[in-house]
Amino acid sequence: MRARVLPGFTLSLGVTLLFVSLILLLPMTSLVGQLAGLSWSQYWAAITDPRLLASYRVTLLAAATASLFNALFGLLLAWVLARYAFPGKRVLDALMDLPFALPTAVAGITLATLYSRNGAIGALLAPYGIEIAYSWLGIALAMAFTSVPFVVRTVQPVLEDLPTRTDEAALTLGASNFYAFRRVIWPHIRPAVITGTGLSFARSLGEFGAVIFIAGNMPYETEVVSLMLATRLEEYDYAGAAAIASVVMLVSLLLLLAINLWQGRFYRRLHGGSFPG
Amino acid sequence: MSIRVHNVSRRFGATTALEPLSLDIAAGEMVGLLGPSGSGKTTLLRIIAGLETPDSGTIHFGDRDVTRVHVRKRRVGFVFQHYALFHHMSVFENVAFGLRARPAAERPDNDEIKRRVRHLLERVKLDSMAERLPAQLSGGQQQRVALARALAVEPEVLLLDEPFGALDTRVRVELRRWLRHLHEEFGFTSVFVTHDQEEALELSDRVVVMSDGRIEQVEAPATLYRSPANRFVFSFLGETNRFEGEFHHGRLVNGEAWISVDARPGAADEVLMRPHELVVTTEPDEMAHLPARVDAISPVGSDVRLELSAEWMRHPWQVSLAHHEHERLGLERGSHCWLRPTRLHRFERS
Repeated sequence: MRARVLPGFTLSLGVTLLFVSLILLLPMTSLVGQLAGLSWSQYWAAITDPRLLASYRVTLLAAATASLFNALFGLLLAWVLARYAFPGKRVLDALMDLPFALPTAVAGITLATLYSRNGAIGALLAPYGIEIAYSWLGIALAMAFTSVPFVVRTVQPVLEDLPTRTDEAALTLGASNFYAFRRVIWPHIRPAVITGTGLSFARSLGEFGAVIFIAGNMPYETEVVSLMLATRLEEYDYAGAAAIASVVMLVSLLLLLAINLWQGRFYRRLHGGSFPG
Repeated sequence: MSIRVHNVSRRFGATTALEPLSLDIAAGEMVGLLGPSGSGKTTLLRIIAGLETPDSGTIHFGDRDVTRVHVRKRRVGFVFQHYALFHHMSVFENVAFGLRARPAAERPDNDEIKRRVRHLLERVKLDSMAERLPAQLSGGQQQRVALARALAVEPEVLLLDEPFGALDTRVRVELRRWLRHLHEEFGFTSVFVTHDQEEALELSDRVVVMSDGRIEQVEAPATLYRSPANRFVFSFLGETNRFEGEFHHGRLVNGEAWISVDARPGAADEVLMRPHELVVTTEPDEMAHLPARVDAISPVGSDVRLELSAEWMRHPWQVSLAHHEHERLGLERGSHCWLRPTRLHRFERS
């Protein structure tokens, strides 16, 4: 092996691999071990149970809604934090991380209380026939709450990286605000927005604590996949739980892998690694 | 197009960036705004461009009052300090940006855009780089892209903020000449900001020297260098040797050193000299008695530069002399010599 100037490669890589093995690979191996007890047809039956299929639908719909909402709202927050100076900016900046720090159950209970029919906000919406708590909208709301920092925290540094001089250059060249955003700012932040949204989506797929308190958990209507998983565990159906887990994991893993590959390609292009054409 | 700045001022919170100032720039002129950082030169440039609004005063382009006109309607070309290129676009697309950004009715068709961008890229000698991304170009090439991008919209006013600040000396000199040619060919009015006096003197038709938000002097380079209006302008334009002392019987005296000068009422008790306004001799004469010791000798181009020290100097002096003069004197480090000023600069007490 080539001699390295920076010390500690062997030790740090060793420790890293040990941790990855203990924390990631070992549990995953036992998951596969659980699955080994199932035949293919049993496995297929376990992951295509009608009640479970309904929960896939609810989870995907709510997660997609939540992450799209976060893409817009998170972009706006990141924009405000990166571009403007105003009193209380530090506080708002710190608040961004609250959904990460707050126990998700607390978030779920709070949202359920606020948005239930006799809650502070729910009571305002009830006359219009809008019910958020105990519907898929409530699930989306809880998911959006717990995953919005992913978008803000990925987009914010990229925006801060883009000097205001660049927008000014576009304006001196006669561009309208919209044209400048579309052709100068958006291409620059698009990868970060997509990454953040993707992460937000992946996190929402697995969200449990915040969701179950606001979802109502009615079979075929407001049950999420992670709840189905917990139900299987309560029934001591470890193999069934492992089957569901394998589906969730596979989807998340593919999603994250796709995001990483795509992002890597973009940054290589931006920093002049490859010569196009 | 001529530019008229009238009584323009600007404050940022408690600090005054620009005192009310006025400046007239003729059509086709090239004017350099020269000053140390914080002198307000960039603020003035940005106000002319419309990137900053003045607290008071007016800006006219020709007869048109543009004070309240948005930057995108002013039709100025602006070259930013670090170029501010669009990094995700090719060189070609960067230059085409201003044309493509026009409303559909005014936008040239695709072939016309292509033709104009190609032509500009040839002018800046980057036609072979059209498909590259900015990150794949050198600093000097990026600078030329920034210029071509600004010129693509055919502005009548070109504004440049520290255009050559980030480049190495050789590229800088080359680009300066090239900008001068471009200026003559296209005939636009240009204003550029610099803190480098050499750049300002070489490029400008007139130099505007600024400090603390005020204009100190506006003059053609040769006149400016010969007759600076005040002490600030003099010391900012080049290296300065300073002799301070007290007046005694027609002499300015400091310890064993003295220079013959007539005491003028109101004049500061100091005289200033440029490095080339001193002669090195082997003995004192009746006009000046300035003993010094040679601390360093460095041949720089056509001159030899000496760094001198003495007890009566507060800072070491710089003297430049011709190579043959240096050989004739046979000076070495540690040699003792005498200095005789050929020209003295005196300013009012500030």
